Amino acid sequence: MIAIVDYGVGNLFSLRSSFKAIGADAVFTSDEKIIRDADRILLPGVGAFEDAADKLKTTGLGELLVNEVKKGKPLLGICLGMQLLFDKSYEFGCFDGLGLIPGDIVSFEGKIDPSLKIPEIGWNELRLNKESVLYKGFSGGEFVYFVHSYFADCESRFVSAFSEYDIDFPASVEYENVFGCQFHPEKSGKAGLKIIDNFCKAGFGL
Amino acid sequence: MITKRIIPCLDVKDGRVVKGVNFKSLSDVNDPVELASYYSDNGADELVFYDITASSEGRQLFTDILQRVASTVFIPLTVGGGINTVADFDRVLKSGADKVSVNSGAIRNPELIREAARLYGSQCVVISADIKRVDGVFRVFSKGGREETPLEAIEWIKRCVDMGAGEVVLNSIDTDGVKKGFDIEMLDAVCSAVNVPVIASGGAGCAKDFIDLFKKVPRVDAGLAASVFHFGEIAIPDLKAELRQNDIKVRI
Repeated sequence: MIAIVDYGVGNLFSLRSSFKAIGADAVFTSDEKIIRDADRILLPGVGAFEDAADKLKTTGLGELLVNEVKKGKPLLGICLGMQLLFDKSYEFGCFDGLGLIPGDIVSFEGKIDPSLKIPEIGWNELRLNKESVLYKGFSGGEFVYFVHSYFADCESRFVSAFSEYDIDFPASVEYENVFGCQFHPEKSGKAGLKIIDNFCKAGFGL
Repeated sequence: MITKRIIPCLDVKDGRVVKGVNFKSLSDVNDPVELASYYSDNGADELVFYDITASSEGRQLFTDILQRVASTVFIPLTVGGGINTVADFDRVLKSGADKVSVNSGAIRNPELIREAARLYGSQCVVISADIKRVDGVFRVFSKGGREETPLEAIEWIKRCVDMGAGEVVLNSIDTDGVKKGFDIEMLDAVCSAVNVPVIASGGAGCAKDFIDLFKKVPRVDAGLAASVFHFGEIAIPDLKAELRQNDIKVRI
């Protein structure tokens, strides 16, 4: 069973529909016991970093996620959920994330051609950077849907796929049993559903 | 690099897609759910649904349909029509919309944009504007393009973006339905004024019109059309192949 952490951040309708479509056994929950019993966890999120990080902290869910990951449980963060996996974010200040992947969340502002729009909204291409269970059956060049103004600034060894928005940025990241997608797989058509399905079906030696 | 988006627009009235649709492969071409998955499987990058229902029964039916579409189609969905309050935003977002487009509702109450952006984020809030030249001025029209307002279009759109609109749908009344191409001059003016994505609407008649759009207004992000897609005059996979041949980056 996969636990999808429902901590009041963002709209979960599409994620719900995605899991139904692939027929995965998924529970949307904020219940600690269910999250502990799950064999894998998904952390969604849309909105501002500070607010989401704050919710994870005050509910104790953040600490729970860190402990479960340390026990070896696979965790996939999506969009803001991915950004929360990192050490820090510089969105409207400087705020601590869960520190599960080394690196910081930084703005495109000042780093890309100023004529490009921020946020990046739309379909962009994946360039696979290392082998990943998320991309089983992928050959690179698939398109996925992004909505974001910030991206992960981290070492290339943590990047499973890059995309390009004037600069190369991590479309997805991976460090041991921790996974993250900056894009929205639940909005990325068949390629996106395949990524969710891959995460649900991967053995992870469980 | 990010791709240019191709967006079919579906007008829904009392639970059915209006404006005749002409796809032989579909059993019920007026069924929004069937049509949405057809487009999703055939290259559409996003779908826009306009609720043109007047009755509250029709509105409920629309919300039910949106839920069914959002349960089967996994590309971004934008919903417009009859969005006047934050409660309307809430209703369609909970039913699976990813973005909500406001038009007359924002003209009546511009604060709606600020409030919705604060509650749901700018990425959800789309300002849709129907614009027509009146004595050489780009003028905003409300109520589906029927009623002239005192608003100058560029100022209005800038104001909406400043208040939190994260995307603009620009519909030129002057070129709409004429099928002689998008309103390049108007789009250029809007794209130079704002730094959020702009979706061009009104005037598409053939594939070349989309090529012209993206070549002449490189800052435009997407092209939207209804009848040319619905009547099969332009097949999206063919359109995208042509765009690619012209070095315009699209998702295939």
